[in-house]
Amino acid sequence: MSSQPVSFEESVPDNLKGLVSDWSSDVQTFKVRWSKAMMWIFLVSDTFIFGSFLSAYMAVRLTTTEPWPNTSEVFALHVGGADIPLLLIAIMTFILISSSGTMAMAVTSGYKKQRVRTGVLILLTALGGVAFVGMQMFEWSKLIFEEGIRPWGNDFGADQFGGFFFMITGFHGLHVSIGVIYLTTIAVRVLQGRYDRLDDYQIVEVAGLYWHFVDLVWIFIFAFFYLW
Amino acid sequence: MYEGQALYHPKGWWGRYVFSQDHKVIALQYICVALAIGLTGMFLSLLMRMQLGFPGLFESIDAGNYYQDVTMHGMIMVIYLLTALFLGGFGNYLIPLMLGSRDMAFPFVNMLSFWVYFLSVIILVCSFFVESGPTGAGWTLYPPQSILPGTPGADGAGILLMLGSLAVFIIAFTMGGLNYITTVLQSRAKGMNMMRMPLIIWCLFLATFLGLLAFPALLVGAIMLIFDRVLETSFFMPEIFKGGEVLNYGGGSPVLFQHLFWFFGHPEVYIIALPAFGIISELISCHARKNIFGYNMMVWALIAIAGIAFIVWAHHMYVAGMNPYLGFFFATTTLIIAIPTAIKVYNWVITLWNANIRMTVPMLYCLAFLITFLIGGLTGLFLGNVAVDVPLSDTYFVVGHFHMVMAVSPVLALYGGLYHWYPSVTGRMLDDRLGKIHFWITFVGTYLIYFPMHYIGFLGVPRRYYSNEQYDFIPESVNDLNQFITVCALIVGAAQFILLYNFIVSAVRGKEAGSNPWGACTLEWQTLESPPGHGNWGDKLPVVYRWPYDYGLPGATDDFVPQNIPDEQIT
Repeated sequence: MSSQPVSFEESVPDNLKGLVSDWSSDVQTFKVRWSKAMMWIFLVSDTFIFGSFLSAYMAVRLTTTEPWPNTSEVFALHVGGADIPLLLIAIMTFILISSSGTMAMAVTSGYKKQRVRTGVLILLTALGGVAFVGMQMFEWSKLIFEEGIRPWGNDFGADQFGGFFFMITGFHGLHVSIGVIYLTTIAVRVLQGRYDRLDDYQIVEVAGLYWHFVDLVWIFIFAFFYLW
Repeated sequence: MYEGQALYHPKGWWGRYVFSQDHKVIALQYICVALAIGLTGMFLSLLMRMQLGFPGLFESIDAGNYYQDVTMHGMIMVIYLLTALFLGGFGNYLIPLMLGSRDMAFPFVNMLSFWVYFLSVIILVCSFFVESGPTGAGWTLYPPQSILPGTPGADGAGILLMLGSLAVFIIAFTMGGLNYITTVLQSRAKGMNMMRMPLIIWCLFLATFLGLLAFPALLVGAIMLIFDRVLETSFFMPEIFKGGEVLNYGGGSPVLFQHLFWFFGHPEVYIIALPAFGIISELISCHARKNIFGYNMMVWALIAIAGIAFIVWAHHMYVAGMNPYLGFFFATTTLIIAIPTAIKVYNWVITLWNANIRMTVPMLYCLAFLITFLIGGLTGLFLGNVAVDVPLSDTYFVVGHFHMVMAVSPVLALYGGLYHWYPSVTGRMLDDRLGKIHFWITFVGTYLIYFPMHYIGFLGVPRRYYSNEQYDFIPESVNDLNQFITVCALIVGAAQFILLYNFIVSAVRGKEAGSNPWGACTLEWQTLESPPGHGNWGDKLPVVYRWPYDYGLPGATDDFVPQNIPDEQIT
């Protein structure tokens, strides 16, 4: 037996074999629902939008003629007589990441066909999104009205700071807001029992993909805007 | 349409012909709108040529109007005609039919894609009618000049409508593109694995991928430029003095816009070129009655082109003031991309070798494409080298080069494709004699237009200049050549109406085509009824037994074996 030549099929590791057989199969390349495949492709495209925004921001930040504002000073929150840097943004990030947790729980209970639990968990996720956007509005109004930061200029340093900040966090906030509407729609449909009738909860996972993506993008914005 | 969910059936005339979710109707809608706006683009180019050939003949063409013509001609042709027609038109029509599926994965999103595209065209056309007129910044829209007063359309709504229209177009493209990719990946016929897909499907698939990854950069650039114009942010705007006064800008990076623009702009060249490659691959095999040479190599060459297309963008920016080492990198990648491209050209030529070539109109267009693409590609090698590009940059040599390689070549492929698939859409053949007249005028005419441009470019005549009269270094003879080019352009422009006439008349009076007039192996000719009806395949989806190029199979009764014929039925 051992003298027999090893075929290509046997010589490749299992994961690679799976990949090869997936790509060379007919009908479907990925054994997932069309909506899930489409969401993944959309997210790849959306990654390039955020990637372009962030690279543009980094390029300008490196080449601008005036120094960049000191972010830990600009984003500080004045609490109890002391400036605490990054306090608000830490809370926002915590809430958004927690909402990803509830979303993941919703996906699991969706596959277990627990109608009410799934619906409530999705609504909880959406609530996290609302809280995030609300706090972002608070942050924006603080920056605009108290510190006088405008898209075209500010008193702390380079003019581009305000422009990039409002543009990128605004674009992300738009994603969160759309996500809240999307999740609420799904939650209502879950609670109405539509997916019980279809016997198919995969749409919860598709919505979850979007939500996790928005969350992941925030980590990058957080790192590049607030920590750098 | 979810898998397993029933096919949507249209209700009434509006649902069937206007707000249709059938991919074939959407494809026709795309083609009609794109051709209409393309005719506008052609008309603008003729106005431009009138000014260049006969300066001052039309008093209404002043410098401002001329720049607006240049800008809108470029933008319309590249994005609203070619991108929309290839991917929206050919993509929508061919992908489900050639893959043996009933429709796109998400027909409703597909319908939205067309209507949003239509909206973007309307916004674009609106810019002709606002007070400032459309933008005259050149199709690359480089800041700072594109948004500063003095450039046509910059102080009014012109530039904003242009950028807004682009953003809307990108949304439309994304909706369509997600559909094409999902359909290609997830909804093929039984037996249709990836390596049995017709090459045009590979091309459309990869071109869509390029679009989905490249258009985001343009979207971001457009949004930032709108902010610079409306909110006076300074993303792209350095400190600028005008008439001794400093403007409200400072600290931005104009080169950043060029990077964003060309990160989109170069893949865009391949978004247009790849579908043209695909059409040629289908046509050349079918009309030469021979299998395509080196199918696997063709696929891998396409994938290589699509990959490298993302790392060559800055060869458009050698004179923009980049670090010279970057020029070295981008020149290298640019020359590397010539290798997979050459593989494709060789394979087409070898496909013709010893073949049973039929000189049909689509075949004529194939041959014309091969020659034109070769010439345009070779001048590309000149411009890809930094040292040669620097003196030739922004001369008519560049205009000649890119019109050969990404205007004339794709349009030749496009016409070949229209002649080839017209019978599938209408059930009637286009008139052969009119087709040949149209072909020869277009083919010879474009050479008479663009060859002299290379020569003018070597003389150093700059592109985009409104008038060549006041410059000592431009010899008199350039004006004679320009007159000649203009006359040729007018003739070629007029000849396109032969095609339109042929389209309209043949739809009613053309010869009945039957189900498979060219004897092609691909699935779109094997439908139950022809032209294919709603749902494409009647009750039973096709099953695929072979690759799409089984021409001249030994032992077979016909000289072609369609993809859905099993081995035991060949003889």
